[in-house]
Amino acid sequence: MSIHDALIAPFTEFEFMRRALAAIIAVSLSGAPIGVFLMLRRMSLVGDAMAHAILPGAAIGFLISGLNLFAMTTGGLIAGFAVAILAGLVSRTTGLKEDASLAAFYLASLALGVSIVSIRGSNIDLLHVLFGNILAMDDQTLLVIAANTSITLIVMAVIYRPLVIESVDPLFLRTVSRAGAPAHYLFLALVVINLVNGFQALGTLLAVGLMILPAAIARFWARDITGMICVAVLSALMSGYAGLVLSFQTGLPSGPAIIMVAAALYVASVLLGSVGGLVRQLFPGRHLEA
Amino acid sequence: MRGCSAWMMALAVLLIATPLKAQDRLDVVASFSILADFVREVGGERVDVTTLVGANGDVHVYTPAPQDAKKVADARLLIVNGLGLEGWLPRLLQASRSKAPIVVASDGITPLKLGSEADPHAWQSVENAKVYVKNIRNALVQADTADADDFRRNAERYLAELDALEAEVRSEIEKIPPERRKVISTHGAFGYFARSYGVEFIAPSGVSTEAEPSARDVAAIIARIKHDKITAVFLENISDERLIRRISEETGARVGGTLYSDSLTDEKGVAPTYIAMVRHNIKALTSALSR
Repeated sequence: MSIHDALIAPFTEFEFMRRALAAIIAVSLSGAPIGVFLMLRRMSLVGDAMAHAILPGAAIGFLISGLNLFAMTTGGLIAGFAVAILAGLVSRTTGLKEDASLAAFYLASLALGVSIVSIRGSNIDLLHVLFGNILAMDDQTLLVIAANTSITLIVMAVIYRPLVIESVDPLFLRTVSRAGAPAHYLFLALVVINLVNGFQALGTLLAVGLMILPAAIARFWARDITGMICVAVLSALMSGYAGLVLSFQTGLPSGPAIIMVAAALYVASVLLGSVGGLVRQLFPGRHLEA
Repeated sequence: MRGCSAWMMALAVLLIATPLKAQDRLDVVASFSILADFVREVGGERVDVTTLVGANGDVHVYTPAPQDAKKVADARLLIVNGLGLEGWLPRLLQASRSKAPIVVASDGITPLKLGSEADPHAWQSVENAKVYVKNIRNALVQADTADADDFRRNAERYLAELDALEAEVRSEIEKIPPERRKVISTHGAFGYFARSYGVEFIAPSGVSTEAEPSARDVAAIIARIKHDKITAVFLENISDERLIRRISEETGARVGGTLYSDSLTDEKGVAPTYIAMVRHNIKALTSALSR
């Protein structure tokens, strides 16, 4: 098998592969920077919690209008925002830490969601419908993903400065500006939007994968935030592309294949990364000479 | 021991109460909607059928709720498909401590293999459905001897209807040119149908609706559709339709409507009974393939 057959032919031959690649590119472009900020703010697991918080909204959307992707996505967004804002309010006005208040709200939300799904009585696999398959990107889903990515990038450009400062020195930001709180809420909203993107592309459990893994990889290659964001986006794109090819050539399911590639990159970065990688720590001399 | 004697008391009370209840109808629990339909046809007025996985539910990924355990515990007879379809059943039985005899409706059918496991969708062949009905008839006759004649009469009438249905299916398939008897469907539920009636079904994912297809699977199907000039892809009422739509758009094969595989629709739907379901499926197939 020539290199062209292995790496390029799947995409020229099959439209579903091109659509999958387009979706992955969009998800990577916005998800990876979000992941970097999540990591810097020590909120890496928040994504997973939020993913569960979205369920009741999607379930209500399903109850109102049946299997309508748009209604379910909107419902999910509303539920996610509600949980994010309530959890943020509680942690900013009381002594409870962000992670604990988020855990409380997302568990309540998840319980509500599961109950609503079963009230309907039909046990059609709601999750299957809500959480798309990267191989089945229809026009509607692609548009939703592209719109979410565009919104994320624009909003992120607007709140970039306060967001960066709040991530590294929140006390300083509080002394010079009042932009901290709004930036924080907007950021949480972006997290929710990107989770919905992840759901469409990778399915339930892996939705967070293309946000957090690239960020963790980037930590081992760059020192400043700009560099980290670049590395994160790049590694997300690489994982997405390589995962699709892997799934195409070996028959592994696509979502897990993409995340496994990202995980392999992560392990390699832990070992070889130029910033704090294990090998560099063991043999610092050679690195310093270079 | 005290707990045990309390149970004995409860049992005794129940036994005393039972003769009064015998005037009532026989409580039967069926694991999913198609079996429930068979039981209704055979049992007629004399049975009360409860379905665990109702209309449009997915029997593969079903998780039992407390009411279901209660239904099973109260049942006099429990009718299941067998062949590994109801993977959740052993736990439910244990939890509910049901004493009801379990009838495996597919008893006596030689299963097809799907991978290393048996393919549970045996009811998709009308011949097999007749085996189901006979098994259900025998079970009902045994459970309620007073109404045995009713059950036998109903079963005989229904079996005759199924015979007619079988003939109808075969004559409809005859109308499709042999080289066009190939379709794509979302999950491999039509193995028995395929064997009985000579229509080839190609499925993107394996036996269970849970399995996620890989890019290679999807590519293989698309290549196959183009190579074999397959003209129709079909949706099922229970799985993700986006994938099949994508395949359809990419190959130009038409989406030939919805095939009903593992569950009936409710009263308002197009397939509220087994016979209606088979008729609907065969109509969808012939109209998509014969042109």
